[in-house]
Amino acid sequence: MEVKFSEAALKEYDAIVKKYPERRGALLPVLHLAQREFGWISRDAMRYISELLDIPLTNVLDTASFYTMFKLQPAGKYHIQLCSTLSCALRGSRQIYEHVSQKYGIGDGEVTPDGKFSLLKVECLGSCGTAPVVQINDDYYEDMTIEKLDKVLDGLK
Amino acid sequence: MFEKVLTKNIKIPESRNIDFYLKHGGYKSFQKVLKEMEPDTVIQEVRDSNLRGRGGAGFPAGVKWGFVPKNNDKPHYLLCNADESEPGTFKDRLLMTGDPHLVLEGIMIASYATRSGKAYIYIRGEFVEEACILDEAIAEAYQKGFLGKNIQGSGYDLDMYVHRGAGAYICGEETGLIESLEGKRGWPRIKPPFPAVAGAWQSPTIVNNVETLACVPSIIEKGAAWFKAIGPEKSPGPKLYCLSGHVKNPGVYELPMGLNLKDLIYEYGGGMLNGNKLKAVIPGGSSVPVLTADEIDVAMDFDSLAGIGSMLGSAGAIVMDDSTCMVDALLNLIHFYRHESCGQCTPCREGTNWAERILRKIEHGEATLKDIDLLEEVGAHINFRTICPLGDAAAMPIASFLQKFRKEFEAHVEQGKCPLNSNL
Ligand SMILES: Cc1cc2nc3c(=O)[nH]c(=O)nc-3n(C[C@H](O)[C@H](O)[C@H](O)COP(=O)(O)O)c2cc1C
Ligand code: SF4
Ligand code: FES
Repeated sequence: MEVKFSEAALKEYDAIVKKYPERRGALLPVLHLAQREFGWISRDAMRYISELLDIPLTNVLDTASFYTMFKLQPAGKYHIQLCSTLSCALRGSRQIYEHVSQKYGIGDGEVTPDGKFSLLKVECLGSCGTAPVVQINDDYYEDMTIEKLDKVLDGLK
Repeated sequence: MFEKVLTKNIKIPESRNIDFYLKHGGYKSFQKVLKEMEPDTVIQEVRDSNLRGRGGAGFPAGVKWGFVPKNNDKPHYLLCNADESEPGTFKDRLLMTGDPHLVLEGIMIASYATRSGKAYIYIRGEFVEEACILDEAIAEAYQKGFLGKNIQGSGYDLDMYVHRGAGAYICGEETGLIESLEGKRGWPRIKPPFPAVAGAWQSPTIVNNVETLACVPSIIEKGAAWFKAIGPEKSPGPKLYCLSGHVKNPGVYELPMGLNLKDLIYEYGGGMLNGNKLKAVIPGGSSVPVLTADEIDVAMDFDSLAGIGSMLGSAGAIVMDDSTCMVDALLNLIHFYRHESCGQCTPCREGTNWAERILRKIEHGEATLKDIDLLEEVGAHINFRTICPLGDAAAMPIASFLQKFRKEFEAHVEQGKCPLNSNL
């Protein structure tokens, strides 16, 4: 597959670079954009970004590998991120993790064989008042219970 | 009767809309500073108000703004810290979604005061919807002429952008945030130089928390004296308290600075979940020393909490009842710091790693009493030996949990297991 932004993404790219006094400043938003376009950030995607922004590939790699949200491997179509930090843990996030893990037969950081779900324990999602919190792709699901989460998960096509 | 200042509109769905905001007096303060006040007069007013930073450190905002050098020809930057990543803290999200223009107006006034031509809102990457809301609010503000060139005919130019993080607690630290804004790893910088002198792209930069900035429009509107009269004079103002853990009604509560922690839990939070007994509270986000149930009769402001050996931090109170294993709770927190350590400083990188391993041993009943001493030592070795305060933030819970709940640690060793069969 050729790694290249679509027309629409290129337009967004042009708007992004204008926001920063130096090109490298655009790296995080461009990585976000790449992840949205390609699903994850492959080595080819990094090379493409380094050429677009005209910065060394090592810079792209260095930054991309630092942040947990950048997927350097393909994740599931539905990326289930379970908060496991204290406020969520006090409200039963561990039980939710174990349930989801059993339900799909995957552990922390794994993807189901059909590529539909991936599971990741994450740190505090900044929503501790509605613990336990689960983020699926971009969306937050708050005040979760095993039952509520099952309903959400079973509804995913 | 305390009248809400920061969250008065958050329950009104239209409050995201600029027309609603304008109709209710919004952007009046920004217009006032543009028309009537010099940047330094704005700084003086904020300084007089004793507004202290709500991001954790409690540094006086006006004093910080005053550090921006005069008469230099570099561009200045204003960065709004919306990283909201301190465990137990979830207040800025409420402001950004419930009253985004209030946050924007605060940023505009702060930018004007610090003569900044560009402002960035650094928002944690997970807040996707929140970032969209801010983007829309910014677009509205451009449309109505509150952003862009020659704002309201004043000659002042300001651009504002949202910059999304990508999952790293350390980017909440102001110099880690700056590095991340520059497209790098969020590795905190050695200070000095301080950001006010050489921050983003080596230019003068002010970093302020969302809530700090949201206080600014009302200070301009009602004056420093009004602000100072809310709560304790040295640490005044309206305050957002976050309450989570084993309480009936977790959430964000806006009340005057200096609220009694006991009242926050029992009056506003509805008391303990399931009628259980209170065991401990971490009052200011995960990085501050823990309090026992006997210590909660305390005013929540910077000085009072410091007075009893803890901190207000980000005012995120995490409440634990007597079913909580303190070893497991500490293990959970240290796991967090180990995971989030950026790895630059050996004491922080190795210390958090060691501490997590020892704690796991203790929790699983595989440790000796010597390991408890070792844990204490490991924590003490991190303290004050690192580039940024994350190392101290990990060391503080270790010291305070051990000091106040040592018996529980010893019980794990003696019984060879977790007495509460905890599984956090
Ligand atoms: C490890 C670490 C994480 C931090 N996270 C945040 C954060 O998420 N939000 C925030 O506003 N400040 C955070 N801070 C504090 C900032 O470094 C900085 O003091 C603050 O943004 C300044 O704004 P204020 O003066 O308005 O509080 C953090 C500090 C440290 C050491
Ligand atoms: S103290 Fe820890 S997080 Fe802070 S700079 Fe050093 S290694 Fe990084
Ligand atoms: S601890 Fe889970 S959202 Fe904060």
